[in-house]
Amino acid sequence: MKNLFKNLMKKTAVAALALCLLSTAAVAAESLLINGAGATFPYPLYSKWFAEYHKAHSDIQFNYQSIGSGGGIQQITAKTVDFGATDAPMSSGDMSATDAPLFHIPTTLGAVVVSYNAPISGELKLSGEVIANIYLGKITKWNDPAIAALNSGVTLPATDILVVYRSDGSGTTYVFTDYLTKVSGAWSGKIGTGKSVKWPVGIGAKGNEGVTGMIKQTPGALGYVELNYAIENKLPYASVSNKAGKFIKPTVATVSAAASDVSKIPADYRVSITDSAAAEAYPISSFTYLLVYIKQTDAAKGKALVDFLNWAMTEGQKISPSLNYSPLPEALVAKVQKTISEIKIK
Amino acid sequence: MKLKADRLFEGITRLAALSLIGIVLLMGLMLFVQAWPSMQAFGFSFIFGSDWDPVAEHYGILPIIYGTLVSSFLAVLIAAPLGIGIAIFLSELAPPGLAQVLGMLIEWLAAIPSVIYGLWGIFFLVPWLRQTVEPVLIQWLGFTPFFQGPAYGIGMLAAGLILSIMILPIISSITREVLKAVPLEQREAALALGATRWETTRLAVLRYGRSGIIGAVFLGLGRALGETMAVTMVIGNRAQIKASLLAPAQTMASVVANEFSEATGKLHIASLVEVGFILMLITLLINAVARLLVLRMGGEHLK
Repeated sequence: MKNLFKNLMKKTAVAALALCLLSTAAVAAESLLINGAGATFPYPLYSKWFAEYHKAHSDIQFNYQSIGSGGGIQQITAKTVDFGATDAPMSSGDMSATDAPLFHIPTTLGAVVVSYNAPISGELKLSGEVIANIYLGKITKWNDPAIAALNSGVTLPATDILVVYRSDGSGTTYVFTDYLTKVSGAWSGKIGTGKSVKWPVGIGAKGNEGVTGMIKQTPGALGYVELNYAIENKLPYASVSNKAGKFIKPTVATVSAAASDVSKIPADYRVSITDSAAAEAYPISSFTYLLVYIKQTDAAKGKALVDFLNWAMTEGQKISPSLNYSPLPEALVAKVQKTISEIKIK
Repeated sequence: MKLKADRLFEGITRLAALSLIGIVLLMGLMLFVQAWPSMQAFGFSFIFGSDWDPVAEHYGILPIIYGTLVSSFLAVLIAAPLGIGIAIFLSELAPPGLAQVLGMLIEWLAAIPSVIYGLWGIFFLVPWLRQTVEPVLIQWLGFTPFFQGPAYGIGMLAAGLILSIMILPIISSITREVLKAVPLEQREAALALGATRWETTRLAVLRYGRSGIIGAVFLGLGRALGETMAVTMVIGNRAQIKASLLAPAQTMASVVANEFSEATGKLHIASLVEVGFILMLITLLINAVARLLVLRMGGEHLK
């Protein structure tokens, strides 16, 4: 009697297990999963895009891990993911390390803003030279003559500036230092451009969140963060003078303007658009890219990826401003759509 | 005469012990191999140089070693007397019920994840230091080189304080076990000779458990040396050697955690691995010194 019962239990367990496996296999077979990894900066936008796209195409699921631009490049090179994402474009060294060529597809624009915590009545105006000198330690007080010269009529406190930088390697630092290298000979000679650099003064905080937190809590602090962080946390940020000589406040529109001169953008889109010459452009802007192989080896995934990219260039761009990401200029979208059509699906 | 089962048992346990040693050696070997490009490029100037520059690809970690050692020793300076005091209170003076509850609470401190300490540090400890503690320190002790400079909150002092809270449970619970293990005869002998409560504790209990207590402190130091997340959030991430405790600093674990995921370029990655390798060596060295101290102080019963 006991044996019969045990036997029956065993058979039921096996049957239940088989049913579970079959049903999960059935469910999995229904939706196509596409994996990607990379930059943290566009993660909120991509999340929204993937969710909206899934609503329209319930059989396609995107999975994105925001492990950082470096990780994204490594993973797409190792082909452990179907697409990568990076803020700074891949170097020629990185590109020659992949065993098949890939495209950089610009998806949106981001901006690095200079945020601060100081009792300043009205808006703060800064120039690239002044920002570089603050970060070089040459300007140490808020009411330094160089800052006062740009902000006539605004009372500046006589306190020290606490400079905050990113302690971790980041694309945001890359864009910021790339801009400083272009506008300050002293910076370019002494420090240079990189995801991690040797900061002459200041203290480091980890991540955009860390810098935001530091600025919020410390009177007299000044730091650089992505535009969305400053907006979400209601931090004041400075207008920066651009190459055309105008003081530009970073907004969704002025950041898009940095990419408006499409003729200056090369065919592979690997370009720095900081210190743009366009009249209304915010000077500390950058692209962020998706990395896809030109020859897609998996037909189903390749087609899904290409469809998504085309959607991102049309519907996706409409979603960007609601999350404070800047859409690509129209002329550039046409160019990118042509590039997407060159992706070969087996 | 050994039975087959006994021999099998001995074989399996020996394998387990050897595999542990093997894992540590393999780890060291792997770190060494990955760090080799950096060792070739810089040699000993890596340890004595002060220039951590990822753009120029020139790396020297003396300030970072300084930050690691000073923050850890500061933590032990604060946590050791506190931890030993707590252990004495719980094992000698507290009523049993209170001792149990307090002991449990202190051990819960050890269960809190490191990153939570970091967040608590950023949102409570650092503002408190900046607004309340550091101005007072600057005012009264500002003439010493240890309390000079602006009060940021973030810096060596914040890191030392957070680390001390994190290693407190280790020191106190191990010390408590050590004190509990002191035989009753020792205490009774001291009391019989007319010692007071404190004299009994000092002469009989503490002296007997001296080596164990030192071992506990060194275990705490070992944890402080390797602690990453909580430290990186409050230390300021500035590789410099400054006497002032109010200045920001950088530790080895922190620099690896911050820069590794975005490090491109073979030399950058190799240098970060070398930092890890040197940290491992320093930790092993301190543990070896601890063992030696324990042995010399007559800790035969703990061998």
